[in-house]
Parts: sequence; C-alpha cells; structure tokens
Amino acid sequence: MLTFITRSAKETEALGESVGYLLKAGDFILLSGQLGAGKTVFTRGIAQGLGVKDYVKSPSYTLVNEYEGRLLVYHMDLYRLESHEELEDLGYEEYFYGKGVTIVEWGERAGSLLPDDSLKVCIEVSADLSTYRTDEGVRLIYIEAEGERFRGLLEELSKDVRFRS
Amino acid sequence: MSKKINPEILISIETSCDETSAAILRDGREVLSNIISSQISVHQKFGGVVPEIASRKHVEAILPVIDGAMKEASVSLNDIQAIAVTNGPGLVGALLVGLSAAKALGFALDLPFVGVHHVEGHIYANFIENKTLEPPIICLTVSGGHTDLVYMEDYGEYKVLGRTRDDAAGEAFDKIARVMGLGYPGGPAIDNLAKKGDPLAIDLPRGMIDDDSLDFSFSGLKTAVLNYMNSERQKGNALNLPDLSASFQEAVVDVLVIKTIRAAERIGIKKIAMAGGVSANSRLRYRMKEACEKENYHLYYPSPILCTDNAAMIGCAGYYRLCTGYKDGLGLNAVPNLPFKNWV
Repeated sequence: MLTFITRSAKETEALGESVGYLLKAGDFILLSGQLGAGKTVFTRGIAQGLGVKDYVKSPSYTLVNEYEGRLLVYHMDLYRLESHEELEDLGYEEYFYGKGVTIVEWGERAGSLLPDDSLKVCIEVSADLSTYRTDEGVRLIYIEAEGERFRGLLEELSKDVRFRS
Repeated sequence: MSKKINPEILISIETSCDETSAAILRDGREVLSNIISSQISVHQKFGGVVPEIASRKHVEAILPVIDGAMKEASVSLNDIQAIAVTNGPGLVGALLVGLSAAKALGFALDLPFVGVHHVEGHIYANFIENKTLEPPIICLTVSGGHTDLVYMEDYGEYKVLGRTRDDAAGEAFDKIARVMGLGYPGGPAIDNLAKKGDPLAIDLPRGMIDDDSLDFSFSGLKTAVLNYMNSERQKGNALNLPDLSASFQEAVVDVLVIKTIRAAERIGIKKIAMAGGVSANSRLRYRMKEACEKENYHLYYPSPILCTDNAAMIGCAGYYRLCTGYKDGLGLNAVPNLPFKNWV
C-alpha cells in the first residue's frame, strides 16, 4: 500500500492524473471516501491522465457517466444501490469487465459482484481542518493493489515521489 | 431535410431518469394530458434516486402510462400523427425503455418519429406555460442532473453558454440535505427550512462567481458546508439548521442569478427563462425576479409540474423539430452523454 498526502484539490487531481497515465484497457478502480472527500476530483485527474477533454461531473444522479479519451472511461456511483439484482439489471458486466477503464464510487454496494482484481483508492479527510472556507484541505490518500496487474501498477506509481507521506 | 410536418396530435415519451411519463399535445403547445408515474415514494426509502429500480419500474409503467395519457386526452392510436421521445442524456437502460416504446409505436402506426435532448425539453416547458413566448431567450436549466445556461436564438438553434463543471445545483441540494438529515428530495426540504433561517448567517463560498466564464461549480460549496458542520461539531456547538439551509441556498442562488443576468447582458437579450426542478425553488424565483425587474428583463418559468421531468416538454420540443422538417429514423439510439446540438 502507498500513502500520499495532498494539500489541495489541485494536488489530489494531479495524483489522479499520475494514476491515469498508467491505466490500461479493462482496469478497474475502487474509490472510497466520505462525501466531499474529493472522489470526483481524483477521478477528474485520472480522466485527464487518460486524455479526456470533457469536464468530469459527479455521477451521483446519473449513476454512470461515460467519457472518451485514449480509452473509454466509465465513472460510476453505486451509492443508491440496494441489491445485486439492481446491478444486474444495469448490465454491470459491460462496465466491470468491459474494454474501458471503470472507476467506481461506493463499490462496496456491489459486494461479491466486484472483480477480484482492482486498484483501491481511499481518500481520507484529515481531521485537523482549521478552516471551512476553502477546499484546500489536507487529504490522506491510500492506494492498494489487488492482483498481479495492479501490484505492477502500484510499483510504477511508487516511482512518483510527489505527495508521498 | 425531409418535408415539414405540423402534427396536430402528438404523443411524447420521457424515461431518462426516474420518471416514466407520456403526454399528448395538440398543436405543440396545448397539453391534452401529461401523465407522470412518480416514483418518489420508492426514492424516499433510500435517500436518493435509485436508477436501477427506476429502470425496472419504467418497463412496468410505460404501457399503463401511455394508455393513461391517451385516455385522459380522449384520443386513440389512430388520432396520433407524430411521436417524440427523449433519447439522451440519461441512464441508457432507462432511456431505452421509452425509446423502444416510441419506436414500436412509430413502426406499427407508420408515423414520423423524432428524438429530443432532455435539457432541450426542459427549455420548451416555458413555451407550453407561456403560449405567446417566442425565441430568442436565455434559459437556465437547473435540476438534479443538470445546470445549463443556454442561449436559444430560434427553434433548434442553441448555444450552451455555461454549465456545471462538477455537481449539478439540484445534486448539491440533495447531498447537503442528506448530511443534514433532511431526507429526499433535498430541494423542497432546504427551501422550507431556509424560510426560518438567516441567509447571511454563515459565510460560504460562491463557486466561480468572479470567473469570466458562465460555467458553474458547486462542489467547493458542498465541501465548505461539510467542513463547517464538522468544525462546529468539534467545537461542541449545536448546528442551526435553518441558518445553514438559508446560507447554503443563498450561495447557490447568488451564483445562478448573477451568471444568468451576466449572460443576458453579454448576449443582449431581455427574455430570461428558467426550467428544471430547482427552478421551482422559492428563493431562486424571488431573487431572479428581483434581478430581472431591476434590469427590465422579462422572466418566465413553468408551473411546478412542468419543472419536473415530464413528457409534455419533450413533446413540445419534438413538435418544433418536426415543424422545421427534422425527423429521425427507427435506427435512433439512446445516447447516455448526448451533446446539446442544433438541429436546424
């Protein structure tokens, strides 16, 4: 597991971009963190690393947002999922096992339907927030790999010394 | 471009998100029926929209809703002369239900058939509400999924002046309501609570207000509210929810009003319209009205039923598409990220 510290939304985005550069078709990323932690910001960085030109917007309402860069990007928010059946109705295989890069927020709602291998990104809001006025708050970002492919990716990412704790 | 059609009786279908809706329109602007199978009771259980549940519900609801629309309008299948349907943006599974129903009708009845952009539909709710309204207008469409500022020069001629770069305005309302424990939908809950609060009590950021672009950003405001709540809790202070609601709402409304007026000034248009669920927010209506009166602009907004997702607005937009000779084939696809484009 790698631990990073970012001190602004811009830095969180930059870290996401570094991850985006390393991604390949079929990669699967699980993103967790409380409301406002910066999950969409991190995803925006990933999308930039993948050459997406469009703005990355929150998928909370739409459930899935699709973007096109050097690969297809699916950004999902499963917060509202109640059962696996609903995910099956949605045709989740196309997103989870497709040719694009899939980034999932609230992935725990998918339970056993989640792929075995994934890159797990957890964004934690640092407790010593002194001001509520800005979004320049400090974030602890833990990145963990499940499976051969992502362990290799993590190894690559470890060469990036920015934001390392 | 095929021949121009002015369908007297048109059926329209909308299933892009959580509502299954069908409507019958006469001459494009007169609503004979507008059936919305609202799923709000299901959503209240989960504190948000449940698209999967919605998707299955669309399949169950689509035929009764279409039948209901024809019955209420007292028309039969033989009376219908054209079909309009939302083909994006939205959830692909949900869109496909309405689109497939519309295609089946078009094929079986051999009728002209046209796809409509969902946000375009919202704008046309204003043409249903105000029978004499004509473009050019500037329309602010604000809902759970969209925050778009569009200059509509003529029917089918649009320029997107600004849009949200992260969260939609309605989504910000829903998320803040959720952390405040106000339930779903968050918009009306915050609107009500805010009436008892002081909009100046808590200083919150106005995202991108000084930015030269007409784009919006509500993510920073959401984070600021969360941080404020955390810091008050850490200090052991009780939260004043009416003040917080009013201050949050004011921050959203400030940006929406200022950017809309700025857009009107830049384009040199005196007619401003609002659409979408958030346009029913009482503070937004009050502040926009005040700003428009000051500048001598005319303000238009639809009645609440036409602010929500509904098929009548899609029918009106489809009618004007057909009037200009635009038509789609049965090969039309549902496009989850459909861009907003001109069709003339």
